[in-house]
Amino acid sequence: MKSFPKPSELPVPAGAEGWEKIYPYYLVFQDKLKEQEDAKFWFCDSQHWPTVFKPFETIGGEFAVKCLGQYNARHLMIPNANGIEFRIHLGYLYMSPIPVPEDQIAARVPLFEQRVGHYFQNWEQLLKEWHVKVKGTIAEMETISFPKLPDMVPMEDITSGKGKDGSEKLLESYDRLIQLAYQNWQYHFEFLNLGYIAYLDFFNFCKQVFPNIPDQSIASMVQGVDMELFRPDDELKQLAKLAVELGLQPHFGNTDDVEATLGAIAAAPGGDRWLAQYEGAKDPWFNFTVGNGFYGHDKYWNVNQEIPLGYIADYIRRVDEGQEIMRPVEALIAERDRIIEEYRDLLEGENQAVFDAKRGLAATAYPYVENHNFYIEHWTMGVFWRKIRELSRMMHAEGFWTQPDDLLYLGRNEVRDALFDLVTGWGVGAKPIGPDYWPEEIERRRGIVDALKTARPAPALNTPPASITEPFTRMLWGITTEQVQQWLGAGEEVEGGGLRGMAASPGVVEGLARVVTDADQLSEVQQGEILVATVTAPSWGPIFGKISATVTDIGGMMSHAAIVCREYGLPAVTGTGSGSTTIKTGQRLRVDGTKGTVQILDAEDDLVVAGPGAHSHSHV
Amino acid sequence: MHSNDYVQFFDGGIEPKLENLGGKGASLVTMTSAGMPVPPGFVVTTAQFDAFMDEAGITAKIHELLAGLDPEDTRQVDQVSAAIREDICSRPVPEALRSMTIAAYESLMARFDAPVPVAVRSSATAEDLPDASFAYQQDTYLWLDGVKAVTDHIRQCWASLYTSRAIIYRLKNSIPNEGLSMAVVVQKMVNSKVSGVAITMDPTNGDRSKITIDSSYGVGEMVVSGQVTPDNIVLDKVTLAVVSEHLGDKHAELVPDAGAKGLVEREVDDERRGRRSLTDAELTAVAQMAKRAEKHYKCPQDIEWALDADLPDGENLLLLQSRPETVHSSKPAPVTAPQPVVTGGYFSGLSTPALKPTA
Repeated sequence: MKSFPKPSELPVPAGAEGWEKIYPYYLVFQDKLKEQEDAKFWFCDSQHWPTVFKPFETIGGEFAVKCLGQYNARHLMIPNANGIEFRIHLGYLYMSPIPVPEDQIAARVPLFEQRVGHYFQNWEQLLKEWHVKVKGTIAEMETISFPKLPDMVPMEDITSGKGKDGSEKLLESYDRLIQLAYQNWQYHFEFLNLGYIAYLDFFNFCKQVFPNIPDQSIASMVQGVDMELFRPDDELKQLAKLAVELGLQPHFGNTDDVEATLGAIAAAPGGDRWLAQYEGAKDPWFNFTVGNGFYGHDKYWNVNQEIPLGYIADYIRRVDEGQEIMRPVEALIAERDRIIEEYRDLLEGENQAVFDAKRGLAATAYPYVENHNFYIEHWTMGVFWRKIRELSRMMHAEGFWTQPDDLLYLGRNEVRDALFDLVTGWGVGAKPIGPDYWPEEIERRRGIVDALKTARPAPALNTPPASITEPFTRMLWGITTEQVQQWLGAGEEVEGGGLRGMAASPGVVEGLARVVTDADQLSEVQQGEILVATVTAPSWGPIFGKISATVTDIGGMMSHAAIVCREYGLPAVTGTGSGSTTIKTGQRLRVDGTKGTVQILDAEDDLVVAGPGAHSHSHV
Repeated sequence: MHSNDYVQFFDGGIEPKLENLGGKGASLVTMTSAGMPVPPGFVVTTAQFDAFMDEAGITAKIHELLAGLDPEDTRQVDQVSAAIREDICSRPVPEALRSMTIAAYESLMARFDAPVPVAVRSSATAEDLPDASFAYQQDTYLWLDGVKAVTDHIRQCWASLYTSRAIIYRLKNSIPNEGLSMAVVVQKMVNSKVSGVAITMDPTNGDRSKITIDSSYGVGEMVVSGQVTPDNIVLDKVTLAVVSEHLGDKHAELVPDAGAKGLVEREVDDERRGRRSLTDAELTAVAQMAKRAEKHYKCPQDIEWALDADLPDGENLLLLQSRPETVHSSKPAPVTAPQPVVTGGYFSGLSTPALKPTA
């Protein structure tokens, strides 16, 4: 049987030697546990973590995957699925789902029903409370700051008998920031697993009554149409329309210069009205990143306003050209209702009532799956990273490192140590050790991270199970038995050569490829091109009005590319494995989002089409 | 040309009445107006038959001849039958009626680049009788070219009302001869370049959300007889996405040959053999037509269809037959009641009424 490499068989890129030590011990494979760890199948979650972790950034993976697991394993007592074990290998995150032993499943059923029942019966109220909790967490995060320590304790602290020097506040602030991030990551999954459960319940019912129903049809029947996740993009469109209405187009000539652009608008007639709407949109909708919120380098709209202004300028151009920039919401709803009605009509008797109940539940619970993303990944993490950068810059000013954002090369517990080092040096009136210790160490780590980045991750490790049935894995990551076989190079060939992936959004389109591996390249995308990416982020919304189809390396039916393409009525093929490395910008593609295939129409004869699995390093 | 009391086109927009069009004619008009693309044609109505018989003035004599017949005396029945049919075929059709039929035929031919062969089929008005086989006792004439052959065979259809078989059947079932009439269908012969069947379900598991299509080159007979393996495609009925497809070998085809007035067998070249016999657009069209048929008849259908080489792309898909799918659709649906929680699947019992959201 074909297998993926064992972790120990993967070559360490030159210059990355000693990489294990830049991450906490519990995140890397252990020599002493080799036998157990090699017996498990691990898949790479490059959907959420497509690039190598800097040490501090493991926080996102740790909090997210830990909290995902706790809801399966501890809160909801999901009968057949615990959480997911995770490790970092060569800088990338690998996951291995943990099943519930067969003999324990039955005992969990009544517990599960009771717990899940409580949520589904009180959905509206609990979700309302969720919003209060999450926004409260973010608001508290916003109050945290990391000012430079004063040269001396203020006089009022002397007279009030405070008895503390303020350093405790710095340590508390850091601890509290980490705690608040952890808190919202717990909240993140409070409803997420439920949304998936309701979806999967309906999914499995559909597969029972319509054995070969395309996954896409099921997705269409429960997917929200008007969602908060699309709100930031919708705000930009409204701003573009208002700009056209007010005749402000000439002031969007150079949106890279944010100050000049906003200044010119302010001086123009009607500009104050536009700016008022702009300011209103910023909070909270510009707490939106061009990445996915999991990396310290993610760029947020409210910090980098040239990004939303650039999108607005592009929308203005399209409105002036007479294009319709708003999503065809009514048509999408009509098509969704048609699909629901037609499937329903194919059922008889009790099955219709079951269909209505399960679809109704999924349609109630599922939109959270799409909407939560704004509150946690974008808004919470946007504030979090801003605060972390503030701390990093304060310590940079204290001489701890040479680049303002170098804190990211420390683990979060090392940051705690460095802070104590800082306050100790400050407290005793001596120089802290850090400025002599960290710059050299950070340079070494930077070298390792850069070296790790030169290799793409293996899609999976060790021997896959004969079939992959765990529903979350299939749904969230698109990791299916067929997908794994594709990675191993044993999948069905695509007629005429090409790539196979998930049929994630229907339709067939031909066009020129634009390969984008970094959000910074988005400005290169031209009207009508086919976006080819490792993975897309929700904040790439404005691009979806421009492109004609999407091809991604990673992701399933419910990946962001799939959801957004269905919203925009664009074909999408997700989870091709190697689309972004096989396809070159400018090549002509035929994307069939109904069949899940991508053909390169003008591939040079000598261009070997390396299908999924091309980077799998598979061992026979 | 417009329909009138004597000639009605399938797509002429006139409400189909059994007493005017006969069973077959009425069904063709109904299917056409339901958006199902039956091979184009027209019906020579019972009014024309009645007017012809009035003008000929032979009805009373026919009743007389039939009155004393013994159904067991086949020699006598044969003689009477031959005499009546000879009488019908030798009388002139009134010029006004004749010219209407000729105009209708020419109007039908005008839909094609060159004249095409037609079929002339009798369409009885008595098909609602308990024994439906009665309907099929009249004649059908295939591969007819030119106006003379058509008008001659219309008259032969009329005469077929008095074949020995028909006379004996009526005698034995005490069906009166008064008020007998006959409509005649004139319909384009299908020049089938690709044909097949479509079932509006998945016959392997009874899944009603699928459409299963078998498709091969030429007319469907080689598929039915098992001489070629057709392409087999399963589509989702709601989204029309292809769920699975298997290409058949399709090494030979039977195609209509106007010269030979019938079908000839040909080898299929490698290029056509190796690819699917339907384009994506044709596949979608077949599936949509099958869906329409199911909706029209309100139960799963087993249809026969063909792509006609004489008609332009987009208008060349024809429905040859649609009948209820009886083998599989009588099976119970795969799930009849809410499943218990966690039966090998996932959370099947979740949305029992107790767990509905409060919203």
